[in-house]
Amino acid sequence: MANVLGNEHDLNFKETELCLGLPGGVGGGCGGGNEVDSSPKTTGKRGFSETVDLKLNLQAKETGMDLNKNLGNGSKEKPVSAKDPAKPPAKAQVVGWPPVRSYRKNVMASNKSIGEESEKASSAAFVKVSMDGAPYLRKVDLKMYKSYQELSDALAMMFSSFTMGNYGSQGMIDFMNESKLMDLLNSSDYVPSYEDKDGDWMLVGDVPWQMFVDSCKRLRIMKGSEAIGLAPRAMEKCKSRA
Amino acid sequence: MSEDDERQQSPPSDLDFVSNKARNCNATGSGSGHPEFQSAYPDQVLENVLENVLHFLTSKRDRNAASLVCKSWYRVEALTRSELFIGNCYAVSPARATARFTRVRALQLKGKPRFADFNLMPPDWGAHFNPWALAMAKAYPWLEKVHLKRMTVTDDDLATLALLLLGFKELVLVCCDGFGTSGLAIFVNECRQLKVLDLIDSEVSDDETDWISCFPEGESHLESLIFDCVECHINFEALERLVANSPSLKKLRLNRYVSIGQLYRLMIRAPQLTHLGTGSFSPSEIAGQGDQEPDYVNAFAACKSLVCLSGFREIIPDYLPAIYPVCANLTSLNFSYANITAEQLKPIISKCHKLQVFWVLDSICDEGLQAVAATCKELRELRVFPVDPREDGDGPVSEVGLQAISEGCRKLQSILYFCQRMTNAAVIAMSKNCPDLVVFRLCIMGRHRADPVTGEPMDDGFGAIVMNCKKLTRLAVSGLLTDKAFDYIGQHGKLVRTLSVAFAGDSDMGLKYVLEGCPQLQKLEIRDSPFGDAALRSGLHHYYNMRFLWMSSCRLTPSGCQEIARAMPRLVVEVIRSADEEEMDDAVEILYMYRSLEGPRTDLPKFVTIL
Repeated sequence: MANVLGNEHDLNFKETELCLGLPGGVGGGCGGGNEVDSSPKTTGKRGFSETVDLKLNLQAKETGMDLNKNLGNGSKEKPVSAKDPAKPPAKAQVVGWPPVRSYRKNVMASNKSIGEESEKASSAAFVKVSMDGAPYLRKVDLKMYKSYQELSDALAMMFSSFTMGNYGSQGMIDFMNESKLMDLLNSSDYVPSYEDKDGDWMLVGDVPWQMFVDSCKRLRIMKGSEAIGLAPRAMEKCKSRA
Repeated sequence: MSEDDERQQSPPSDLDFVSNKARNCNATGSGSGHPEFQSAYPDQVLENVLENVLHFLTSKRDRNAASLVCKSWYRVEALTRSELFIGNCYAVSPARATARFTRVRALQLKGKPRFADFNLMPPDWGAHFNPWALAMAKAYPWLEKVHLKRMTVTDDDLATLALLLLGFKELVLVCCDGFGTSGLAIFVNECRQLKVLDLIDSEVSDDETDWISCFPEGESHLESLIFDCVECHINFEALERLVANSPSLKKLRLNRYVSIGQLYRLMIRAPQLTHLGTGSFSPSEIAGQGDQEPDYVNAFAACKSLVCLSGFREIIPDYLPAIYPVCANLTSLNFSYANITAEQLKPIISKCHKLQVFWVLDSICDEGLQAVAATCKELRELRVFPVDPREDGDGPVSEVGLQAISEGCRKLQSILYFCQRMTNAAVIAMSKNCPDLVVFRLCIMGRHRADPVTGEPMDDGFGAIVMNCKKLTRLAVSGLLTDKAFDYIGQHGKLVRTLSVAFAGDSDMGLKYVLEGCPQLQKLEIRDSPFGDAALRSGLHHYYNMRFLWMSSCRLTPSGCQEIARAMPRLVVEVIRSADEEEMDDAVEILYMYRSLEGPRTDLPKFVTIL
């Protein structure tokens, strides 16, 4: 089961990689799948379908795999199928066939789980992600990721000019090490911060992953130098929880 | 020059043509033996009369014909044309269009070819509204209406329209992209005379801007506000105020972020609505369980003018009975986002005696279609969309539903039907029962699928359609098809203007039959069919009469396409690669060609080559 999940996530990463556009690109929020990607590295419009996958993987469990097949197979457009040998041997779905617009496909797939209202509520954790200097927002589903590293990778893809320093081995910023923290924050690298349930802005990485997913309401990627103001409070909260 | 898909023959060089004719006209028109009448006087009178007369000409076809009579008519027609329609934004440049037509009040532009909707074309191919926006702002400061389809519109373009065009009234964006809520915010704020803002099937990015609040305070002139495709939250209080301040509002289509409770509040403020899109049609999550539900039935009953109903984006079927009061008056009902069963449909549809347009999901099954056939005798247009849009998915509708519709809805003019299985017999039945068919689009989702009962290809079914439906102008084919199907189309489809082909045919002959047989063909879109260079050559006599030809994943080679490009200088021949594909020397992935007065466009992305 873990492998299946792992595969799904791998697939999703590849699709995350390909679908989400850069700031300053023509499109915007990815949650709505409104990407029109002007980056030469990715192939945005195709990514529209893949954005579906990002959103729906947990909502439409029974169709999630199918959609993965749908998006991963067939079509010369997708290097994914070439790279991923673990593709399930279902009938290859062809790009653009049947001729149903992506918007409609997305809506249908998400409506399938309408009956499972409560499950839906707990099975996705969408938060808006803004990055200082980027004109458009993105949305991510935190439940898609299992660790800060995965989230970091995904955000890095999304905002590729944004660099995040590596987290410590446990995936948490070492708040106890003040000087290391200060180095990170003084760099011109971007760091992610988040608004928690209490409405406070915290540095991402201060709590265990699951606790973060439960309490994060939105994300903001800011310059390291600007985030300095957050650090002391973050450390306080961390200490009080420890 | 304006592109017109109804024109019988419209060589792109009609400007040259006219000036030749004009020389003849002037030479003979002034009469012989009265040299003093060669002066401007009679010409001036003629032009004044003409101007008054031509004001009554509204149809594009009539105007295009009038403009070809002689130089004088050409000039006056150009002065009096107030609605400019350009079917392919690359066929003519903004400069040329604004130079010829100087008093345009309404502009309609179409951009990308339809197959771009299905991810067959890499993004950023083109169709940018920007050069047009700038040209319009300069040439037509009094411009009132802009209607765009499949174009890329930026926030800046919206700002241009709003700031530079005083008195702008109507914006309709269909299948467009490239803009966001911030562009909308500027637009609605600056357009004080705005009557119509219709966003249909467009991609709108969520810039976190509360655009609804940006409508000016006070009474608004709004007659139509359609934003059901906008995938972001809206400020409901602001919307409520806006609706309350819009006494002329007739059309309101909400997005799925509007709950049924909010819908209620809007409906009671706008009982004059004729077109309503209901939004989610389900309660918001925070609605208290114990709260008293508003009287939805009453709200619908109060809307005595309601004729067109859509929305139901996240429908809770329990609320459906609320619409009973309006069913008897409905002429258009769009359930195509509502996953409902036949049982849930029946009580509604049985009341919809006047229904002319019905869009629905195949979740209603053949049984639901039988119920439609039983009641909706006035049905003109039916669209059945798949809940499960996959090749090997479930097939809740089939030939049974199609047969039933053909027997019950004799006045049918337009059908779009997605299914997993279909028989020739049912298609033939429809061809005989529904002689008024103008649009027949059948999508059998399994590629190359034969008639499940006979094992035969679907040739005879589509053959019957072109033979029996004498008014047919638009056809989309599917299923297992041999060249014979195309032979039928070429022989009988004399009025066909738009043809969509996918995974069909055996050889070049298929395409040849069509190109040689269909004189009215304007738009031909083909994918994954075995047609090659020889077939392409057989259309040389006709390509100037067409708006475009699209062929993807066929058997074309660069040299074959090059030959066409060389033979037809006024044709723009684009070879498009998928963005991440290596350049393949021996195969053309996508061919998109169209007539143009301008030659190769200057905004080419790097994955497009013009031959």
